[in-house]
Amino acid sequence: MTKNKSHIVLKTQDLTIGYSFKKEKSIIASNINIELHKGELVGLIGANGIGKSTLLRTLTNVQQKLSGGITINNTTLENYSNINLAKVLSLVLTESLGSKNLTVFELVALGRQPYTNWVGNLNEADYQIINQCLLQTNIEDLKHKKCYELSDGQLQKVMIARALAQDTDLIILDEPTTHLDMYHKAYILKLLQKLAKDTNKTILFSSHEIDLAIQLCDTLIVMTKDSVITDQPCNLIEKGIFNDLFPKDLIIFDNKTGSFRVKK
Amino acid sequence: MPDTKTYKLPFIVLTLVLLLCFCANISLGSVFIPFQDVFNGLIGNPTENESWQHIIHEYRLPKAFTAMIVGSGLGVSGLLMQTLFRNPLAGPFVLGITSGSSLGVALVIMGASLFGGAFAGIFVSKWSIVIAASLGSFIVLLFVLIISNKIRDTMAILIIGLMFASITSATVNVLSYFSSAEELKQYIFWGLGSIGNLRWDELFIFFIIYALGIIISLTSIKALNTLLLGENYAKSLGLNLKKSRLLIIIATSLLAGTITAFAGPIVFIGLAIPHMTRQVFNTSNHKILLPAVFLFGAIVMLICDSIAQLPSSDLTLPINAITSLIGAPVIIWLLVRKRKMVF
Repeated sequence: MTKNKSHIVLKTQDLTIGYSFKKEKSIIASNINIELHKGELVGLIGANGIGKSTLLRTLTNVQQKLSGGITINNTTLENYSNINLAKVLSLVLTESLGSKNLTVFELVALGRQPYTNWVGNLNEADYQIINQCLLQTNIEDLKHKKCYELSDGQLQKVMIARALAQDTDLIILDEPTTHLDMYHKAYILKLLQKLAKDTNKTILFSSHEIDLAIQLCDTLIVMTKDSVITDQPCNLIEKGIFNDLFPKDLIIFDNKTGSFRVKK
Repeated sequence: MPDTKTYKLPFIVLTLVLLLCFCANISLGSVFIPFQDVFNGLIGNPTENESWQHIIHEYRLPKAFTAMIVGSGLGVSGLLMQTLFRNPLAGPFVLGITSGSSLGVALVIMGASLFGGAFAGIFVSKWSIVIAASLGSFIVLLFVLIISNKIRDTMAILIIGLMFASITSATVNVLSYFSSAEELKQYIFWGLGSIGNLRWDELFIFFIIYALGIIISLTSIKALNTLLLGENYAKSLGLNLKKSRLLIIIATSLLAGTITAFAGPIVFIGLAIPHMTRQVFNTSNHKILLPAVFLFGAIVMLICDSIAQLPSSDLTLPINAITSLIGAPVIIWLLVRKRKMVF
């Protein structure tokens, strides 16, 4: 399978992430080289505190990078204005909504904001896109419900629909499966897989559901203390990457089943 | 069911109620004027009694317009603040604008004897109070703007506004400690608010600044709706957070600042009207909320003013007392009835 250069949606080059206070820099991870292609579902995994959130925050321009380059659709991140970035990159965050008094439709409709006029009126095309997004995420029957009436799983689908309505090449989700039960964790990730395939968008999410991510993702980005490795899940298992993911005193990775086990 | 409710019927009803309240407000007052003559006076026909014409044109009409401007302006600025700070307790005055005005007015009324000389000449004419109040709120606003430009966190602005309020009110306390009973009384009377003594030329200036504030609020509707998602989502939707925040603060200051300057610090309306509106309209969409708050504010202020006039008596109650006496029970009733706060 060959993928030519125009199909690369997100690319980082020798990226170093971390925090800088005045002149002191604290590096969290360096030498990050990622290439994400169109229509790929990509999982970002790693232990707590390894820098997954920092990486996502840097990729989404919330936080400044320390060095290296980030390009989205062959344009460097710094060259995007707020509004233009909103047209290529949409987010699903862990933070709770400012107001849950919006209806599901109104919330998803807010995804069209980068395209609407000064007062935010929706035109016929906007309505079509919104309704299609509601269909794709299986929430059209929730359309008129208020967000405070929804369960966590439903709300997550709504937030995904909103990101979808923003119609961007890249969707980044920060831990979309937290607070969800086992079924809904699988449901949401499966939904993301389907959306990546159907809409040909690139979807990047961070998660602690390593077993599910191994099964569903096209590519995994694994963050360990020493390096950031990007590859297909089966290659990563072969290389034994997952064995080094966590300290080995409690859990071990079983190469055959592709999941972690508690040490006896 | 359509995808987005338009609330046509409630808007028509509200507009009719507003017209009704406007007519009632003009018809009622310490002097009884038959409705027929009120109507004649309004459209310029001769009235039975010459002085009635004068009362309607020079006193009741400007007062009714002032009431509508004050009510709608405070309601809208309250809504802006509640959405910006995502805090149901926010009102037009959380940024310390009233306290700035209060300090300005206190300096003019009570500082005159204290500092003597320079101030003594302009001693408490109406315009000097208006100017002092505007200057006071403007200076506080300037500080808030400078700081908000440097600060990332919107909540910090809220706290800074409150801190400014304490600084200014402490200064007012110091001033009042050293001032005479007469000056103190005058200051307290200003603090009770009054919408009854504006002339047409004053009203004209008042209206222009108010209209500017309303226009800026209208241009912020999209930003306000985006802010409902929270600031990080708003940014990811391409919103220029700093610019929108600045515009919202400027609109609020223009509205709340001029209203305080011309009518005194009217409390409660700015906090209560948005809640009242949400209870009735049950939406967070500012395309609906903003015009609804506008209408509600105007209606409530007209009603409060009609009551404050104590029709057919010579007495007038302070408007500030009425807004709370009437408004607070209404809000409590609405909240108890729905058992749920909409925010």
